[in-house]
Amino acid sequence: MSAALLQPEKATLNGTAEELRGYVQSLEARLQDLETQMRELRERVPESRVSIVVMSGDLDRVLAAFVIATGAAAMGFQVSMFFTFWGLSALRQNRKLRGKRWLEKAFTLLTPVGAENLALSKLNFAGLGKMLLRKQMRDRQVSSLSELMQLARDLGVRFVACQMSMDVMGITAEELLPGVETGGVATFLADAAKSQVTLFI
Amino acid sequence: MSAEPINVKQELDVRGAKCPIPIIKARQEINRIPVGEVLRVIATDPGSVNDFKGWAQTAKNIELVRQEESTDSSGQRLFIHYLRRLA
Repeated sequence: MSAALLQPEKATLNGTAEELRGYVQSLEARLQDLETQMRELRERVPESRVSIVVMSGDLDRVLAAFVIATGAAAMGFQVSMFFTFWGLSALRQNRKLRGKRWLEKAFTLLTPVGAENLALSKLNFAGLGKMLLRKQMRDRQVSSLSELMQLARDLGVRFVACQMSMDVMGITAEELLPGVETGGVATFLADAAKSQVTLFI
Repeated sequence: MSAEPINVKQELDVRGAKCPIPIIKARQEINRIPVGEVLRVIATDPGSVNDFKGWAQTAKNIELVRQEESTDSSGQRLFIHYLRRLA
């Protein structure tokens, strides 16, 4: 077999100006193709990012979510938290009934408002269990949920409330803490796709 | 534990604090010292030993120089972490 057959690109270097031009053009096209592929690959590499869905409105579970979020933020991760359904209760700062339909009013009245009012998933005993847990946390110098939430904000954790759940439960943006963004599944997935850690709580 | 002494720039006392506060406070404090210097963190949370290891493994900008264990005069166990700021 001749060298030209083994290395056709090199063989064309000895060709006419026309052939050389064609060769350079094909090289340019390949380079462009490679650059595009590189760019696409780079977009797929996970960043130092953590994304957490908080669906639960249970004090213990939300507490776990915020321990992870604040810890991750302190470790240098970019952290996004997405609050959906019962998880929205943690972000609420008040109750508004005006302008709501009766079912929305019922949801508004029957769901807790704010970190201080969440109930335990187990042993709540109409709030007694929760009171005892909070006493134990204070005695043991474990940060309260409100403190962790404030820390999370100070550390730049992104809070996104699920617009669809807000609509279903009749929760308005004015009822949520200031600075909370709203978004949907794509907002979550955009951050989650770039994350090394994703959690559903 | 008698390894060679480490030149400590700043000390952080997080005795009594529980997860995740030692890491959060250490993070805030290490940003206040110059690159290359060492922060000494005194904790009582036994979980902090693995927490600081995990942090150092994950973060590119800190190095866990050493970890020591000792006991104070009241018998309280202390966990001492030496962190160097790399960037």
